[in-house]
Amino acid sequence: MRRFNLNLWLGGVLTLLVITGAVFAGYLTSLDPVFDANLMHAEEAPNGQFWFGTDEQGRDVYTRVLYGAQISLTVGIVSQIINSIIGLSLGISAAYWGGWWDDFVNGLTNVMLAIPSLIFALAIMAVLGPGLPSLLIALGLTNWSWTCRIARSSTLSLKGQGYVQAAQTLGYSDIRIMATQLLPNMVGPILVISTLGIGSAVLAEAALSFLGLGIRPPFPSWGSMLTGARELIVVAPWAAVFPGLAIFITVLGFNLLGDGLRDYLDPHMRTRQ
Amino acid sequence: MTVPLLEIRDLHVQFPVGGSLLGHNKRLLRAVNGVNLSLAQGECLSIVGESGCGKSTTALAVMGLQAPTSGDILVDGKTIIGDATLSRMDRARIAQMVFQDPYASLNPRQTVHQSLSAPLRLHGASKSEANDRIADILKKVGLLPEHAARYAHEFSGGQRQRIGIARALILDPRILMLDEPVSALDVSVRAQIINLLLDLQEDLSLSFVMISHDLGVVEHMSDRVAVMYFGQIVEVGRWDAIFANPTHPYTRKLIATIPDPDTILHPHRNRATAAAPPPPAGFYFHPETTDRPDVYAAATPSDLIEVAPDHFVRCAT
Repeated sequence: MRRFNLNLWLGGVLTLLVITGAVFAGYLTSLDPVFDANLMHAEEAPNGQFWFGTDEQGRDVYTRVLYGAQISLTVGIVSQIINSIIGLSLGISAAYWGGWWDDFVNGLTNVMLAIPSLIFALAIMAVLGPGLPSLLIALGLTNWSWTCRIARSSTLSLKGQGYVQAAQTLGYSDIRIMATQLLPNMVGPILVISTLGIGSAVLAEAALSFLGLGIRPPFPSWGSMLTGARELIVVAPWAAVFPGLAIFITVLGFNLLGDGLRDYLDPHMRTRQ
Repeated sequence: MTVPLLEIRDLHVQFPVGGSLLGHNKRLLRAVNGVNLSLAQGECLSIVGESGCGKSTTALAVMGLQAPTSGDILVDGKTIIGDATLSRMDRARIAQMVFQDPYASLNPRQTVHQSLSAPLRLHGASKSEANDRIADILKKVGLLPEHAARYAHEFSGGQRQRIGIARALILDPRILMLDEPVSALDVSVRAQIINLLLDLQEDLSLSFVMISHDLGVVEHMSDRVAVMYFGQIVEVGRWDAIFANPTHPYTRKLIATIPDPDTILHPHRNRATAAAPPPPAGFYFHPETTDRPDVYAAATPSDLIEVAPDHFVRCAT
């Protein structure tokens, strides 16, 4: 019997909750997150009509949190895909080819790890200007170091295996060996690090939007909602609490899912293949 | 004399070891130190020796998995190393390798069919040609066509080694490099794999280079035997000459390690090796009188002497 994996289940449920909210936002609410502003209902506490209350312009916080999930998940997942592509191609090729290329990639990875990624993303955003595409680029270029390291160490341990040597003697090209022999055998650890990466990208998006460099108001990103709610924190705390809670649940969900996956994919946790 | 199928000429493989940050005191580990070998068509040549003697490095150099420092490797009298030579694809049709560990030599994420069809497709076979070839090769190595749909972990060690052999044969190579082909297997299945290899050698007119330290297997399979010691060939000859009349002291020591049931039954009967003549003076290696050879030293000039027809022994210069 496999041990009950609480992290995996809890992380899976929380992640699923957020994904459902994002995908079915249009069905879960009848209001529009930007244009359904009604100053008659401004700063109303949570009630039967507005479950999470309203903000200073009378927009439904519940609706905005749901649509905010779309932005957060898009940023989290797309930027992590960019990170994974960069990290995997650099890490696998560095370990496989070795030599000066390996030294170069190692140096680059160390530099990336030494720069606080949020500051780096801030700098890129400052150059590119706010908006969703520049957010994806900024976060996609700054968080690949761990993926790269894991890909590199996995490749180092895999490339001495018989099947990799056999592929070389059978005439496979280097790229084909990396794609068919090395990559599929490191899916486990890469999946784990990517899941954790989505969580940190969601957090980074919120931080950048909070600072006004990410998604600009009036579009409902959780970070920009927090910016707007900052001044109302005393009179209408719900406008800050619910987007904050949404960030918390999303990041916690992805982190638990990552931890759970790591345990799930660890062969020592298995009792039978 | 006809041109040998495979010829290794004065092969050297060196690895830099140690050395300070600025590159001082860098020493070269001479893993393979001037090896000359040749393999005739249809022959099984065994390279024996202890771990770390350079026999696997020699094999990897022939396979193109390890770049030689110097020396030449020829197939049909044409060199296969250096710039102006064969691509990886051409090389794949010359020699293939059967690996020691059947558990690490199959990709756990691929079915047998996938790992056999990919090289065929790469070398230009159509889908149906590939399928026919896979069914044929699986039958040849004693597996069933329906095994193709399974993953590596669904097989036993012996079956995995059969798959490894099938993969090595799938491109119809002329030389099979056997790197300890049975040493990771259960004793009960070793004989099956050895007999399979001997049958395949006859059916497909293959030539084998076998790397081994299991002298029982070597005696059973080889036509010729080369004894390697610290990167050099110390004795080479026909198997019966090597086993009946081992001349180099290191070869004698190796052969003395073969478990012999007769010695238990007849404790007073001496080992066959004791009957051999004492080694001539000045052998490169003499365990009683010299220290272990220095692996960092450059090779001594070629000094294999012929003690009998096709039986060479290394002697110090």
